[in-house]
Amino acid sequence: MHTTTVHSGKAGTSAMTGNADQAGRDLLERFEAVRGCRHHFPLLRRRVNGKPLVYFDNAATSQKPQVVIDATIRYYEEENSNIHRGVHYLSERATQAYEGVRVKVQHLLNAAHQREIIFVRGTTEGINLVAHSFGRTAVGAGDEVLISAMEHHSNIVPWQILCEEKGAKLCVIPINDRGEIELAEYEKLLTSRTKIVALAHVSNALGTINPVKTMVAMAHAHGIPVLLDGAQAVPHMKVDVRDLDCDFYVFSAHKMFGPTGVGVLYGVTKLLDQMPPYQSGGDMIKSVTFEKTIYNDLPYKFEAGTPNIGGGIGMGAAIDYINEIDLASLAEFEHELLVYATQGVAEIPGLRIIGTAREKAAVLSFVIDGIHPHDIGTILDDEGIAIRTGHHCAQPVMQRFGVPATARASFAFYNTKEEIDVFLAALHRVREVLG
Amino acid sequence: MSALRDLYQQVILDHNRNPKNFRVMQDATRSIEGYNPLCGDHYTVYVRMEGDVIADVSFTGAGCAISKASASVMSSVLKGKTLAEAEGMFQDFHGLVTGVPSSEDGMERLGKLAAFAGVSEFPARVKCASLPWHTLHAVLDGKSRPITTE
Repeated sequence: MHTTTVHSGKAGTSAMTGNADQAGRDLLERFEAVRGCRHHFPLLRRRVNGKPLVYFDNAATSQKPQVVIDATIRYYEEENSNIHRGVHYLSERATQAYEGVRVKVQHLLNAAHQREIIFVRGTTEGINLVAHSFGRTAVGAGDEVLISAMEHHSNIVPWQILCEEKGAKLCVIPINDRGEIELAEYEKLLTSRTKIVALAHVSNALGTINPVKTMVAMAHAHGIPVLLDGAQAVPHMKVDVRDLDCDFYVFSAHKMFGPTGVGVLYGVTKLLDQMPPYQSGGDMIKSVTFEKTIYNDLPYKFEAGTPNIGGGIGMGAAIDYINEIDLASLAEFEHELLVYATQGVAEIPGLRIIGTAREKAAVLSFVIDGIHPHDIGTILDDEGIAIRTGHHCAQPVMQRFGVPATARASFAFYNTKEEIDVFLAALHRVREVLG
Repeated sequence: MSALRDLYQQVILDHNRNPKNFRVMQDATRSIEGYNPLCGDHYTVYVRMEGDVIADVSFTGAGCAISKASASVMSSVLKGKTLAEAEGMFQDFHGLVTGVPSSEDGMERLGKLAAFAGVSEFPARVKCASLPWHTLHAVLDGKSRPITTE
């Protein structure tokens, strides 16, 4: 086992040496350091069905490093208390720790202000908040909401409900056969009727990395705000909301090595200020009488009730973890895994990859002729390999590609080429088992 | 591995490759769609009744090996059975795949349906095996709206 921790700031130094050998050595060194991170994740040491676990379901949820598990336990053992309420020692400690996470998220996303970071249950709740609060005030009869053909159900259904309620229209940006946004079509769909654009930064079903910075600029040229669903992006790349210039950005902690049940909505102050509360209750108020309630300031206006404090603190530990490792090296390493797996599956007879975008995250969605993805999933599970099978909460994507479901292997930096070899050998066995 | 072989028994593999009664029934007295929204399995089950007797059963659609084989075996064992017999087999089969076999008599009655016993070791696949049966059950109940596993 390696004990190396990858420190940031190494990426890019190789380019400056101008020496290919040196660059190659640097890359190997950095990859070696990435591989050293695997042992931070205790669950990866377990066996499943008598075989070493091969966890390739990272797009569904990531595993948690020991530091995240420890931080959560420490909170419950030493600091558990309700926040924003008590004057007592524990409450102040818990409040400090929880609010400290807001600052960590602010820096992670490079947001301008702490008040623009709203804690939610996850990506789904973040989108629902915007659809309810912003959507209800900004979208009216005859207006349009624009999403893409590769969205997760969580970025379809809230808008659909809003449109039905308001008599508005849900419009869809088409994608090509590689699973890439048709930008020319997108431009045509941006009109004076469009009130918001809601887009996946990275597609969970296809792996496509969308050109979101360009797409935000295109929407802004028409004065249209943009929400980005960053659930699949934040764990794998540096996200800078001010550089992207998006109006809303949402993600979940559990896909970025943190706990389930907590996530973030980033929104620009100008819009958040105008938006009515989403849920109401304690903590989101300044004063309450039976005649009138005065809402709290940002971000608390959108945080009714006792939040997931323990989860939030775990998310803070996950952000610290991400900051300690070098995201650029991780992204390169994950890309290397994707290329290796993509080349490997090309040799499986009858296998077709769904989603072949030129800019792609480490997601490999595929089908095999005559074999249902569920059968692939069961046979791989028997070898200790966890992949996702089904429609990945993206049924319209399945319809676009004419398949009922796909099998999906999604990689994280703690995966290895050796695991991909096990996966490829199991795929060769699928047809053998099914005869 | 042995659990996997128990799941994918030869009978199941054969029925998956060459399903029996895999056709639209033009003179069906009843038909209904059944689907599993989680995995996209989607079948239509057709039945032709003669009085109290199931004179013919067929199906169309697509899904995994387990669901397709289950529909195929179901269609072949139910022909000529009365409604009461079909109901009994439905209960026996349900017990088999959920790991709570009804009775020894029931197990005997199952015949080649017993090939699906291995499914009970795979909780995620129980719905695959039972989808065709639930669909048939809805047909016999006289329902007309598509049914789902969820």
